[in-house]
Amino acid sequence: MFRRSGPSDCEITWNGATIPARQGESLAAALLAAGVTHFRDTAVSGSPRGPFCMMGACFDCLVEVGGVANLQACLVPVTPGLEARMQIGARAAGN
Amino acid sequence: MRQAPLLILGAGPAGLAAASEARAQGIEVLLLDENPAPGGQVHRAVGGFYRPEAGAPGADQAREGLRLIQAAAASGAECRFGATLWAVQEDGVVSWSEGGRAHQVQASVLLLCPGATERALPIPGWTLPGVMGVGAAQILLKTAGLLPEGRVWLAGQGPLLWLYAAQLLDKGVRPAGILDLSPPGMNWRAAWHLPMALRAPGYLAQGLGWMWRIRRAGIPVIRAREVAALGEGRLSAIAVDGRTFPADWLLLHDGVVPNTQVTRALPGCAHIWDQAQASFRPVLDAWGNTSLEGLLVAGDGGGIGGARAAALSGRIAALEAARWLGFLTADQRDAMAGPLLHRRAAELAPRGLLDAIFPPLPMARVADATVVCRCEEITAGRVRAAVALGVQGPNQVKAFLRAGMGACQGRVCGPAVHALMAEARGVDPGALEPLRTRFPTKPVTVGELAGLAGGE
Repeated sequence: MFRRSGPSDCEITWNGATIPARQGESLAAALLAAGVTHFRDTAVSGSPRGPFCMMGACFDCLVEVGGVANLQACLVPVTPGLEARMQIGARAAGN
Repeated sequence: MRQAPLLILGAGPAGLAAASEARAQGIEVLLLDENPAPGGQVHRAVGGFYRPEAGAPGADQAREGLRLIQAAAASGAECRFGATLWAVQEDGVVSWSEGGRAHQVQASVLLLCPGATERALPIPGWTLPGVMGVGAAQILLKTAGLLPEGRVWLAGQGPLLWLYAAQLLDKGVRPAGILDLSPPGMNWRAAWHLPMALRAPGYLAQGLGWMWRIRRAGIPVIRAREVAALGEGRLSAIAVDGRTFPADWLLLHDGVVPNTQVTRALPGCAHIWDQAQASFRPVLDAWGNTSLEGLLVAGDGGGIGGARAAALSGRIAALEAARWLGFLTADQRDAMAGPLLHRRAAELAPRGLLDAIFPPLPMARVADATVVCRCEEITAGRVRAAVALGVQGPNQVKAFLRAGMGACQGRVCGPAVHALMAEARGVDPGALEPLRTRFPTKPVTVGELAGLAGGE
C-alpha cells in the first residue's frame, strides 16, 4: 500500500466502510492510502482495475461517488463524509 | 454569451507564464484547468502540499513552480480550477464543465497549454491493480505525501524514473530495484548530441546526480528486455527476463508525449510526426501559432521541451496574443520576445541528447497476448491481425476493434497502437494518420448539455 507522510483530517466511506482521508486530496489518493487498490471491474471482461495515471487521462480509476457513476477518482477532491463505492462494469443508464 | 479576449487552457508552466505575461500587457485573461490547483503535473501541489526541503531532488524545480504560481495569482488573471474543457468550436466558442455545470465563452484568442501524458509501456499484466505510471506515483507524493510501501519496482527509462527513485530514497523508501529497459548502444547515439546538450549542462549534471544517488545507495539496477506483471486480482510478482521477483508495486515509465487530444479534434489544425520524439505534434511557428487563426499552443502539448522551455513558450505565445489583440505592434512584440526566444533555444539544447538516449521502446517486443488498449481490452495480437487483414491505420483499427474508442479516447493507447501498426505494416509511423479525436474530448452528461440551453 501507500503510507501517508502527513496526517489525515477527516473520514470518508468506501463501500460503506469508514476510512481516514485528508480534505482536498484526491479520492484516489485517499483510497490508496487506506490500502484500496481495486477501484472497479471493467465493463468488457470484469477484470479488476485501479488507478494508473493519476492525472485524468486513463479513466481506469472510475468509481461511484454519492450515487453518480463514472467519476475519475483521481480528479474528485475529498470532502468530509464523501461516500464512494466500487464501480462494477459500465455506468447504468440514468445513473 | 460571455466574451474572453484570451482564454488559456492549462495552468502548468506554459499556461501560468502566459497568463502573467498577457496580464502584464493589459489583456483580460481567463485561465481554465481541470485540476483543483495550479501547477500542471510538474509543479503539482507546489506551494500547497508539496514543499520539498532545499537540496531535495526536485526542490529547484518546485521553487521555479512556486514563482510561476504566485506570479499568475497576483496577475489578476481569472483562474478557474476543476474546469474541464471538452469542446472548441470553429467560431472560437469554448465549452467546459465546472462544478457539475456546463459553461461557454467566446474566445478571441485561444492558447492551449495541455501539457503531456506518460507514454504507454504495454507489458503483460500492466492492467493489474498495483501497476501504475512513475508519474502517477510522483503525483501521489506531491499531492498527498503518499509513499509506496513494500517491494517497489521501477521499470522503463527516462529522467522522471530516476528523479522519482531519488525522491523515494530521500524520503527513506528503498526501491526493490530499477529495471532499465533503455536500448543498448545509447552512448554512440548520444555522443553526436553531446556538444549541443552541453549548452545547458545543468540538466545532465542533475540527471547523473540522480542516477549516482541510486547506485550509491546500493539499489539494484537490472538491465532488462522483458518485464511482466503477475498476480491474481492484484500485482504480486514480476517476471524479468525469465526470473521472478515478489512485487507490491510496479511503476512504469517510457517518457512523455504531447497531449494533442484537443488540437487533433480541430478540423484543419495541422500536425506532423516528430521523428526524434516519436510522436505527433501540432505544426507551430516560433510564436506558437497553429495552422488555425487565433489558436496557439505552448508548452509540452506542442512538443516535449520540459518545464522551463514551456514557461518561456507561454510568455512568447502571450506576446503574440497581445499583437493579435492590438495591445502590441509586431515590432514591440519582436523586441520583447527576443531574449525569451534565445533563452528557449538554450533550454531546448539538451533535447536531442535526451531523445537519442531514450527512444521509445519498440513495439515489436510487445507479445500478441498483451493488452495495448486498456479501455476496450484490445491485445497487440488483435491489432496485428487487423493489419494482416489490410487495416491501414489507427482510425480504421478503431472502427474494426474499438481500440482507442473507450473512455480515455486513445489518450493512453494511441501512441502504442500507432507504433504497433507502423511496425506491423513495415512503414514509417509518420506515414500513418494520427488517431482522430472528437468533441467532447472528455465525457459530459446530457444534463450538463441541457443546462446550456438555459442561457449561460
